Amino acid sequence: MQLARVIGTVVATVKNESLHGRKLLIVQTVDRHLKETGKPLVAVDSVGAGVGELVFWCRGKEASFPFKREDTPTDCTIIGIVDSESHVTNGK
Amino acid sequence: MIIARILGTVVSTQKDERLHGKKLLIVRPINVDGSDTTGYVVAVDTVGAGFHERVLVVAGSSARLAQGMKDVPVDAAIVGVIDTVQINGNE
Repeated sequence: MQLARVIGTVVATVKNESLHGRKLLIVQTVDRHLKETGKPLVAVDSVGAGVGELVFWCRGKEASFPFKREDTPTDCTIIGIVDSESHVTNGK
Repeated sequence: MIIARILGTVVSTQKDERLHGKKLLIVRPINVDGSDTTGYVVAVDTVGAGFHERVLVVAGSSARLAQGMKDVPVDAAIVGVIDTVQINGNE
């Protein structure tokens, strides 16, 4: 699991049926100082996150587990919203 | 998932029988601003995407979770055709 900032949204009308109704967001991974690291990715949202929020996400097959009842083809899913950024930076 | 652009097609007659009837495309990962990166991936198309379109590619075992891909030997699948990408309010 990694921390990331939600920086944008993706709209795709034509998509695999198992992705219907899912929200797609662009996330930029950040390190523990909340500095950007690596390239932005497209993530499926499972918690109702919005642009600008600090979230954590999960990669790999496990990314489909939040949508347990249906098989959802995703390798990157937002699984939590960080309440306060000071929890991450420890006030520094 | 990554954003990629379709570069071309792959034709293969001799292939695993579970891949029969599946369209194989060559895609190149691109940045969110639309600029090209390097490298390419062969991905199975599940949505009917066409040449030069921006698509969503899911990699790894999750690719098998796409509709119609159950027990198919793939590790990259095209699962969406991108209409718009909006970053910080700009398209």
